[in-house]
Amino acid sequence: MLQRKIPLFIVFVMGFLMTVQFYIPHPVSQTLYKYVLDWMNGVASMAIVLAVGSLIMHHWRRLKKPEFAPYSAVALVSLFFMAILGFFFGIGEGSLFQKMFENVQIPLQATMFSLLAFYMASAAYRAFRARNLEATLLLLSAFILMIGIIPLGYYIHPKISDFALWILNVPNLAAKRGIMIGVGLGMMATSLKIILGIERNWLGG
Amino acid sequence: MKIIRVLSTLDRRIIFLLVGLGILIPLLKPLGIPENITPPVRDVYQFIDTLPPGSAILMSVDYDASVLPEVHPMFLSILRHAMLRNVKVIGIALNPAGVGLGVQAFDRISKEFGKKYGEDYVYLGFKPNFVATMLGLGEEIRKVFPTDYYGTPLDSLPMMKEIHSYRDIALVISFSGAGYPGSWVAYAYSRYGQKVAAGVTAVMAADYYPFLQTGQFIGMLGGMKGAAEYEDLVNKLLQEKGYKKPMPFAIKGMDSITVVHLLIIIFIILGNLGYFLQKKEVK
Repeated sequence: MLQRKIPLFIVFVMGFLMTVQFYIPHPVSQTLYKYVLDWMNGVASMAIVLAVGSLIMHHWRRLKKPEFAPYSAVALVSLFFMAILGFFFGIGEGSLFQKMFENVQIPLQATMFSLLAFYMASAAYRAFRARNLEATLLLLSAFILMIGIIPLGYYIHPKISDFALWILNVPNLAAKRGIMIGVGLGMMATSLKIILGIERNWLGG
Repeated sequence: MKIIRVLSTLDRRIIFLLVGLGILIPLLKPLGIPENITPPVRDVYQFIDTLPPGSAILMSVDYDASVLPEVHPMFLSILRHAMLRNVKVIGIALNPAGVGLGVQAFDRISKEFGKKYGEDYVYLGFKPNFVATMLGLGEEIRKVFPTDYYGTPLDSLPMMKEIHSYRDIALVISFSGAGYPGSWVAYAYSRYGQKVAAGVTAVMAADYYPFLQTGQFIGMLGGMKGAAEYEDLVNKLLQEKGYKKPMPFAIKGMDSITVVHLLIIIFIILGNLGYFLQKKEVK
């Protein structure tokens, strides 16, 4: 019972205090804010330890399942190998740690993301159809943006580039702002529900 | 008609091959299309260009290698610009997978200008929990980063003696392929009034136009295009000052993007022609 009540109580008190202190520029409120910030840094650092521990446990368990074992073995070996390199041989420019990062991680990550260009081209060719009015409008704005955003568009006619910027600055901005206001209100409502203990999914179980 | 039908049902391997060639050929033989500078990029450039020597900016590596071709050239160009103007630079990383990119960039550009670590620039590395980090930097940098990336206490770095919080930093620039720049606005700009700029991927750029319009970002570099524009501006300045022009990665990349954009437009037109032909036949 206390396992649920104590976290709910802490969330209520801290949520209430932090909301109130934001609007009160009193020295006491400022001191509380600085104190909480220090705690946040400490908690975040502890969370890293917890996360690494959880990652190791997860992959350790998967080593026993033959279908996942090779991937988990690579994950664990890489984790320990890089940690040993960093702890014992330095992390600066020219170190083995940095060389591994530059010659293994960078090419791997960059390659994975670069594949998107090929799939996007193929998907646009197959799926981007002017089936109805909305799709046609989307297609037209995509055309204008694709031409307007490249330097060639500006040299075909400067107005193309201006029109592409207008699309980003007016219709796109209006839609994005609407979404952001909606998300903001949603966040406030959810936060309030969590502070008041109405929303309890974060407790797990 | 038959040709259109064939062209509208191209095998995906042909598309992949054409896209591959469209990227590769301009990289090997650049087209040299001049860049037109857009206002959001010019605003960032002018802000840094007019900073008094000795001012400090904070450059946050909020990206990883997956977005390196777009975002890393922005980081390099802005770092070059700042160092050329004798602006002091503090580097941090909020993305753990991007820490090494910061190390690489600072090492490379500082050598180009003969800048000294601790006097002209510092690199503080990664800190978990970006919200606590962004808020903490507004109070006292030393509480968030007691030491730099290499374990040196901040007080023993001459440059950091007079830099304590956002009050001593003229501009924060977040380089990212995710939502970090929005958080810099929410925590650094809203709470502490810190000036913020962003260098983001083309996919994310559309999300940040509201911040640009309200002035919450002083400027923004969007995608390879933004990187190429800034690179062009900095390269011209370097030439003016008698420095050797560095390899124009983003400008070359923009040539590839130009070709691929044109290819995609042709593919879409072909796909739609095939679609309408098919529709006509069914009728």
